Amino acid sequence: MSTTGVSSARPLSPLGWLGLPALICIAATVVLATPIRIFGLALPEPVFPLALAFAWALIRPSVLPPFALLALGLFLDVFWGGPQGLWPLCLLAGYAAVLLVRRLITGQDFIMMAAWYALTTAIAFGVGFALMTMDAGGGAPNLVALVWQYAWTVVLFPFAFRLVDRYEDADVRFR
Amino acid sequence: MSLREGPFGDIRVPLTWSAGAALVIAAIIAAALLMGDRRETMKANAYDTARRAVDAVAAPVGGSLSSPVRWTHSGLDFIRGYWDAVGENRRLRAELAEDRQLRDSLAATQAENQRLKAVLGIQTNPPLPHVAAETIFDSRGPFANTRLANVGRDKGVTEGDPVVSEHGLLGRIVGVSDHVSRVLLLTDDESHTPVLLVRTNGRAILSGDGGSSPKLDYIRSSLGLKDGDRVLTSGDGGVFPRGLPVGTVTRSIDGAWRVQLDSDAAPIDYVQILLFTDFAQLANERALTSKELPTAMTEEPSQSIIAPSPAAAGGKTPVSAGAGKPPAAASGGHAKVNAAPSANAATAKPAKHPTPARKAVAAP
Repeated sequence: MSTTGVSSARPLSPLGWLGLPALICIAATVVLATPIRIFGLALPEPVFPLALAFAWALIRPSVLPPFALLALGLFLDVFWGGPQGLWPLCLLAGYAAVLLVRRLITGQDFIMMAAWYALTTAIAFGVGFALMTMDAGGGAPNLVALVWQYAWTVVLFPFAFRLVDRYEDADVRFR
Repeated sequence: MSLREGPFGDIRVPLTWSAGAALVIAAIIAAALLMGDRRETMKANAYDTARRAVDAVAAPVGGSLSSPVRWTHSGLDFIRGYWDAVGENRRLRAELAEDRQLRDSLAATQAENQRLKAVLGIQTNPPLPHVAAETIFDSRGPFANTRLANVGRDKGVTEGDPVVSEHGLLGRIVGVSDHVSRVLLLTDDESHTPVLLVRTNGRAILSGDGGSSPKLDYIRSSLGLKDGDRVLTSGDGGVFPRGLPVGTVTRSIDGAWRVQLDSDAAPIDYVQILLFTDFAQLANERALTSKELPTAMTEEPSQSIIAPSPAAAGGKTPVSAGAGKPPAAASGGHAKVNAAPSANAATAKPAKHPTPARKAVAAP
């Protein structure tokens, strides 16, 4: 049995830590966009790719995630019918924030990671709020709707934590 | 010599830096896309090919996702209806008794309404052509409130068409593909709708902000607003026809006047897309372009105010004193009043002011 860190680590294939989670996010977004009401309430609409923006920056710095987030953000814009380029900027802002402080976050316990995730998500939504407020066509977005979507996105933290937990030690250079 | 063996072979770019560079490039692309976005213009060309392609792909997926849920809902409704049948029957009987009384008064009111419209000469809008559609996807976030409907250009839907549910106005079409169209809801940040406040006959702009109740901006109402005031589309600007029900005014906790939308009353499964392009569509074009005017009568049923034809007047061209010599009538030979637009005014007025008209006829 091997005892070295390198040999016991999981292989870090782009499909595993980037492709598959991205596809799951797209599928979940599509399913939750179904126009049904349960007990009079519409389905929640969390921003799944924000969990990826958090996890990808922690797993390892790489050239691929920014472009994957750009693609996911454009998908959200087109699928939800919002202004094109809004969600890519929000996701990239969240990713940039985590990338800057990843040394502080790595290795923290569940609660602390959840707090960092909530902060990252708040930064992303703050960027979205600022961009929409500056947009010439409309005014400031409704804060209640913003907080509602933010809360549902924060609920996704276990998904992000699971992804980080699964691939964090895959490459010992980034411990 | 390979690069690794050269003088720069030992240079390593930290991965964080390369990730940062990729981040900057991606952010620049996103910012450029955002600045180039023309979604707020509501123009057909602002809805690009990528959006149309995604809509076209998403439509069948949405249809297959929502169908089982709808079947389940229908089944549950059926079972609930079966168990509640006795109570429902009792309630319906009571409602029927009330409605019988209302029916009689409604018939009287309708008859009176028709009579008054006839007296005032009010032209009501003819019914608009429409297509029914099923909504298959729905976005409800703070930055975008849109729906995808499963009819498109194949059914004659175009950008700008109003969309209504059984309760009231939902929004308008902003993007159309062959078999699917995108509905911008009234709650979307880019939605601005001119509305009419029924009690005061005031005007306002209904502006969405991503919340469930859009706010009223630019309110112009001398009598102010009250909770419960009804709101309809005003028709100003020509985007929506006048009189579509929108909702009820309510004061929000931030002090702003907002509208509780009528369309919130029930799930928006099925919608109607009104094939409305502009107000010219509401007019009867044949009637507008027709040269044949109805015969105008004076108070004396046997006496028409239309000037007699030259043949009847012994070959002399009649002179219309009241009409101030309209060109067609005064040029000789063509004394038929209904051929001249100015004579149209002269003949249309006497119904309201019979005395001058009678003088006009009596003068020659």
